[in-house]
Amino acid sequence: MITFDRVSKRYAEGHEALSEVSVDIRQDEMVFLTGHSGAGKSTLLRLIMLIERPTRGQVIVDGVNLAKVGEGGIPRHRRNIGVVFQNHQLLFDRNVFDNVALPLVIAGYEHREIGRRVRAALDKVGLLSKERALPVTLSGGEQQRVGIARAVVARPRILLADEPTGNLDPLLSAEIMQLFEAFSQVGVTVLIASHDLALISRLRHRILTLRNGRLVGAGS
Amino acid sequence: MSAAANKPRRDGASARRTRLRHLLQGWLAHHRLSAADSLARVLDHPFSSALTWLVLGIALALPAALTVALDNARALSDRWDSPAQLSLFLSGSVSADEVQALQAALQQRNDIEQVVFVSRDAALAEFSVLSGFADVLDTLERNPLPDVLLVTPLPGSDVSAALYTELKGDPRIAEVVLDMAWLERLNTLMQLSRRVVLALGSVLVAGVVLILGNTIRLAIESRREEIVVIKLVGGSNAFVRRPFLYTGLWYGVGGGAFAALLVAAALWFLGAPVTRLAELYQSNFRLGGLGIMGSLNLVLIGGLLGLAGAWLAVARHLRLIAPR
Repeated sequence: MITFDRVSKRYAEGHEALSEVSVDIRQDEMVFLTGHSGAGKSTLLRLIMLIERPTRGQVIVDGVNLAKVGEGGIPRHRRNIGVVFQNHQLLFDRNVFDNVALPLVIAGYEHREIGRRVRAALDKVGLLSKERALPVTLSGGEQQRVGIARAVVARPRILLADEPTGNLDPLLSAEIMQLFEAFSQVGVTVLIASHDLALISRLRHRILTLRNGRLVGAGS
Repeated sequence: MSAAANKPRRDGASARRTRLRHLLQGWLAHHRLSAADSLARVLDHPFSSALTWLVLGIALALPAALTVALDNARALSDRWDSPAQLSLFLSGSVSADEVQALQAALQQRNDIEQVVFVSRDAALAEFSVLSGFADVLDTLERNPLPDVLLVTPLPGSDVSAALYTELKGDPRIAEVVLDMAWLERLNTLMQLSRRVVLALGSVLVAGVVLILGNTIRLAIESRREEIVVIKLVGGSNAFVRRPFLYTGLWYGVGGGAFAALLVAAALWFLGAPVTRLAELYQSNFRLGGLGIMGSLNLVLIGGLLGLAGAWLAVARHLRLIAPR
């Protein structure tokens, strides 16, 4: 589903964030990406989302070589990927419902369908009762779950998460991970960047470790 | 066999049609949403929005008011312009029969409205009454004035110019006087004023576009984070652009409406004195305004300028806002 073929990314200032990274993630997989900060986790995710483009090598997502996706094709590409951000990236002047509905509005779904899907997604993350609430009135864990609902509402085939449990206590973190596992079980490819080794080593999934931009080991 | 083969294709086509219809509905829904949301945002800040409208209104009202003033000036000058008179001073050797024949011939032409004959005696009598030089004129041995035909051409200055050259060549006519010089000066002055209004209007219109561009730029800046999020979850440039274009449209439409109001207020303010002045000159002239269509045009022009300004700002600034 996601293939990196000897991908390197060198930033303009000369810092090489990724070096010769090759990895293959299958469709039904849930994979953790770890390494200390600056090891290249975010860069790898950004290459998948086409926020960045590789300096060398190829990235293939869902059968599409990203080098062949032009500027105009980026929005469509991103609509196939759900992303959960560490800082949630919610819109604070809109309520929970409108935040979660955003990808569907962008994709041009009709009104009733949007309502149905948003409530289904909010139900999945346990926030159905908060659909009219503004994000500021929610706790950090709830905000993160709104972010997850938004990431999955359009039923993407790939779900990316960048430190989704970064600011949460262990109990909440475990709950969030269970949510991701549930999506993985229904056939969504899940890739989670996290440095919470204690948490992710308890869950039995493949772990990719980055060190100074290189993958270490083959991943278990 | 063929029915079985066609069935899935038909289904495919109808599914595609349904998908297309959904896309169209979604697109229209987002237009509605953007229009309503942008209007709500504009109205959410009534004071600053009213200020923007007023600034745009003043900038649009100036050229509009000048155009109205020029239209009024033209309406006024048209009254003098159309039936300009030609005075045909006849040669002294022309007999009374010839004069009558000439008058009849001129009367037949289809570019002449009226021909009036003023005999030299009648002219002298009129002159002595009007000038008050009756005593002096009585001492003259013979009447120095020629017979005159006063010709009123049909409206249209081209016709009178052609007529002028033609009559000038006639041997029976000593001189043709067409006192149009001051009218030509007036017309040239009007053309000059029109150019000035056009130049001033262009400058002010450019100003309107820039003001709006700047307002929209500020709106874009204040919603930078939102734009980043929308781009992250797959919003196209057109999607991001839409609400800002509507914002520009609303500002422009409001500015146009304000401009129409300002022009109407100015005309109302000047209407009564102008009428009184016209009455003193025994004229029934009334100040003309923009009218319903003119006002609607002003609103429409405002809206278009708003769109143009928003487009300018959006094209320039949205590209710079990308997820980092």
